[in-house]
Amino acid sequence: MAEFSLPANSVVKQGKLFKAAESASNTRRFLVYRYDPSTGKNPYIDTYEVDMDSCGPMVLDGLLKIKDQIDSTLSLRRSCREGICGSCSMNIDGTNTLACTKSIAEIKGDVKVYPLPHQPVVKDLVSDLTNFYAQYASIEPWMKTDSATPPDRERLQSKQDREKLDGLYECILCACCSTACPSYWWNSDRFLGPAAILNAYRWIVDSRDEAAGERLDDLEDPFKLYRCHSIMNCAKVCPKGLNPAQAIAETKKLLVQRKM
Amino acid sequence: MDPGSKLPLSPHIQIYRLPLTALLSVVHRATGVALALGAVLLVWILALAANSAEAYGQLYPHLASWYGQIFLLGLIFSLYLHFCNGIRHLFWDIGMGFDLEIVHRTAKFAIFAAIVLTVATWAIAANLEL
Repeated sequence: MAEFSLPANSVVKQGKLFKAAESASNTRRFLVYRYDPSTGKNPYIDTYEVDMDSCGPMVLDGLLKIKDQIDSTLSLRRSCREGICGSCSMNIDGTNTLACTKSIAEIKGDVKVYPLPHQPVVKDLVSDLTNFYAQYASIEPWMKTDSATPPDRERLQSKQDREKLDGLYECILCACCSTACPSYWWNSDRFLGPAAILNAYRWIVDSRDEAAGERLDDLEDPFKLYRCHSIMNCAKVCPKGLNPAQAIAETKKLLVQRKM
Repeated sequence: MDPGSKLPLSPHIQIYRLPLTALLSVVHRATGVALALGAVLLVWILALAANSAEAYGQLYPHLASWYGQIFLLGLIFSLYLHFCNGIRHLFWDIGMGFDLEIVHRTAKFAIFAAIVLTVATWAIAANLEL
């Protein structure tokens, strides 16, 4: 069932204000979700005044400046800083995105930074994605074949068949889409979510894979697949410009078509 | 995701800035509920009208009152919005109209069409000579 309020231990409180140096004339306020598991206290919002004259252009630059120069206790995941690893996915300015590709200048007013929505929080901006990864594993994201591999070459694919994977294979599993999805918020225990289904579809349409039927059997479930109601938050937030809602619709279509 | 976990749950609906498509999805469901309840009331109104002039006459002042008018206007708008947005769902079911730009354009169009149809229906009903 849809649960609209947060549990008592998750209600967000007001935190501290970290003021910028008097000399800083060009500052932006970063409002950052904090949670320290060692205290047992509720999460809170800390406010950091960041001197933009000595800060890079992206939200990740701001967060790393905070961690390096203002408050080293801030925890966040990041790696590539160029939108390919998917580590720094978080909720910025009310929308899921990658901190490394989100420009601070695009944001009006204070820069509000939360962890990915409706996930257990390990610390600060680090959420526990165990369930998300388990769902990805459950769709068995590898090529499954019954036929023998050709002895003298790879399993070849025509250009046209290869093109079917465009818009699917680029997924970086950042979880922006799934954690933007209200259906996933209320039903993530049974609904696979946009990322896992997009990846399932990626293998279903792969001309080299020979388990499309079993994959579809596995998805044909009122919850796993059919909790998608085309709310479209997934496509709206995908930092790679993919459209999981469309992949889900195509999967539903295949389920109908094979019965006709 | 251990259910006994004491980890806090990150904020979701409290902080999420829902785009138009998501808001329309919420409204689609709300109007669906409203139409289901409204249908019961509508049947009751029609049953009274079919029963006798006196029975309907007792109800009529309520329908003509401000709250009755709001109810009727709301029911008509719910019907048209659910209908127009339902057409988007039909297209989605055949895999069409998922492009982000199209999704937003059809959302705006569904709302616009529902308003126009509601106003038109209201205007026609108000001018009916009964």
